[in-house]
Amino acid sequence: MIDSRLIEQIANAVLAELSPRAEVLSAAPYANASSGQAVRDITSEESRAEILIEAPCDPDALVRMKKRTNARIGVGRAGCRYNTQTLITLRADHAAARDAVMTDINQKVLDDLKLFTVESRCGSKNEFLTRPDLGRLLSDQSEIMIREKCAPNPDIQIFAADGLSSTAITANLPDLMPSLLIGLKNKNVSIGTPFFVRNGRVGIMEPVAEILGAKVTCVLIGERPGLATAESMSSYIAYDAKTGMDESKRTVVSNIHRRGIPAVEAGAYLADLLCKILRAKASGVDLRKEG
Amino acid sequence: MSYKSTLFGRTYTFSSIKEVLAKANELKSGDILAGVAAGSDLERIAAKDALSQMTLDTLRQNPVVPYEEDEVTRINQDSINEVVYDSIKSWTVAELREWILDCDTAERDMQRVSRGLTAEMIAAVTKLMSNLDLICASAKMRVRARCNTTIGMRGTLAARLQPNHTTDNIEGITASVMEGLSYGCGDALIGLNPVNDTVSSVSEVLKRLNDIKNRYEIPTQICVLGHITTQIEAVSKGAPADLIFQSVAGSEKGNRAFGFNGETVREALELLRRHGNSAGPDVMYFETGQGSELSSESHYGADQLTMEARCYGFAREFAPFMVNTVVGFIGPEYLYDSRQVMRAGLEDHFMGKLSGLPMGCDCCYTNHMMADQNDLENLSVLLASAGVNYIISIPASDDVMLNYQSNAFHDPSAIREALNLRPIREFEIWLEKMGIMENGRLTRYAGDPTFLLGKGA
Repeated sequence: MIDSRLIEQIANAVLAELSPRAEVLSAAPYANASSGQAVRDITSEESRAEILIEAPCDPDALVRMKKRTNARIGVGRAGCRYNTQTLITLRADHAAARDAVMTDINQKVLDDLKLFTVESRCGSKNEFLTRPDLGRLLSDQSEIMIREKCAPNPDIQIFAADGLSSTAITANLPDLMPSLLIGLKNKNVSIGTPFFVRNGRVGIMEPVAEILGAKVTCVLIGERPGLATAESMSSYIAYDAKTGMDESKRTVVSNIHRRGIPAVEAGAYLADLLCKILRAKASGVDLRKEG
Repeated sequence: MSYKSTLFGRTYTFSSIKEVLAKANELKSGDILAGVAAGSDLERIAAKDALSQMTLDTLRQNPVVPYEEDEVTRINQDSINEVVYDSIKSWTVAELREWILDCDTAERDMQRVSRGLTAEMIAAVTKLMSNLDLICASAKMRVRARCNTTIGMRGTLAARLQPNHTTDNIEGITASVMEGLSYGCGDALIGLNPVNDTVSSVSEVLKRLNDIKNRYEIPTQICVLGHITTQIEAVSKGAPADLIFQSVAGSEKGNRAFGFNGETVREALELLRRHGNSAGPDVMYFETGQGSELSSESHYGADQLTMEARCYGFAREFAPFMVNTVVGFIGPEYLYDSRQVMRAGLEDHFMGKLSGLPMGCDCCYTNHMMADQNDLENLSVLLASAGVNYIISIPASDDVMLNYQSNAFHDPSAIREALNLRPIREFEIWLEKMGIMENGRLTRYAGDPTFLLGKGA
């Protein structure tokens, strides 16, 4: 098992280092940094918790009911339709999800982390969405670039891919990568050169592992966004990843986002998990068999 | 044997029936992904032309998966009424289309002919239909089924109340059930997709849904949509299920990927006959959706619409109470945008009905598709005008567990009021008794999940 104290230490160290940025990312919904005045934001937690029914028969019961589910209940109505606040909140959540899928990654995030960019065989977002097979393959140019720029035969190769949410990468990678790398320091393992894949699917880790001869390969990738969050990232890890291997060989850590597993914590957890997989020489169901 | 069509002086040749069927499909990203779609719009129309001239007996003799290899083909072929079949086998697909659309062809005639149609014939005629053809033809047919209540009566639109929860928390599920009931939803079914597919968890939810049904004396059905084997074990141990659910595919191999076969369904039916909680006799619930066969590599080189038709050929063997396609769930690599989803929804609904099934539809989409809530609302109105038995309804359209969007609890009553439809009659009487509905319209108490709390027995 993971040493939780160690994780906490790492997390605190990283948080201290990142504090200015962390503050910006977790800015409270009603706080407005420049004016100090409360700003109306219908997507804030406070607004979502509001009861929108004018005169419920049992207001206390309704509050209790709302606390027991994330489902959007107690939203009221305008005739047979939503009231306006509910309608616009839904549209906002969907718009955030759509933008996460369709928008390209924020280049500054990659520059700050010194990640270079390669591409799958998908020439566009639309091709990426309709041809999952091509999203699992590297373009010829990208293969050459990876061979040129990356250290060969690492114990652990880490890379990021946009997958179905570039927003997830923009939101989580700046905190996760340092935390993960600090966690792997002094572990006596060789770490490959990290990079970013545009229009990549999970399965692109197989050609990456094969080209670089990596023992453990770990991709950090944006999940298909839901209305609840567009920022959720997953990590898929495999020992000795090979084209054609079973899906069950992958170890997955999902739900990495502010309200799930926070990025800093996830980085520390992943550092430990990667070392465990390297030692066990097994991942996915094989790792579970190892116990 | 090859099949030909000449358009604008150019002759298009197809080397197999499977190829004609696939290329005659309206454009779907899943057929492109499978490598079976027409290469151009003209080739697509040429395939439709070739298909229109094909006779029904040719289609019967050439199922897309061989009889010897596949249980779904065998169930479908063996269920055919040979007298009916003999009377129509020389029809071309074009003639079948025109016969279905003919003003003199009544519901009863279509019910009779349905018994002579295999899945491939139904798929073929669907490929020749326009969207409005599909709506007109579907509106002529209503398929009724009976469990605790009767679904599919003319003039009704029912809703499954889907109270999904991220952790299967019983009180959280109950909260969503109360919300849905307060909007007049739940007449088709109160049915949960569980997170935990274990016998104990499925049983616990079934018990709660049954308690709610009994406490408020609600004339409806309950179900927890775990794996069929989980539900069988739960019912064997005394859990109160009205219906047993399973997702189905259009080939035996596809069903194996889902972890069941026809024998499993027979076991479920036998169990419910002896230990079921409902009046019956129709006690199965199936879900389908174009593309699931390709995703499990069990499509045998056939297109996704033909494989979908085969799901219905399989399902009708088991006289289900409800069947629905989950039409936008699978993702853009199978149905790219709202246009493809809408087409598929109309196709699936028509094919199910022509197969003799009590069809509903989960009008839905995921966030990586080119579709939004407006498109989903359009589809549900189109299907309601085509006489769909039921749609799915969830809190404010957001399924927090399955991470997709479907119709909101608000939508069934909106569509009912716009198209002059009513809930299932027994349920409407209950809504009136509770004070939620009056003369087919929601009262001022509707939409308050706490309104019902004090009213239970």
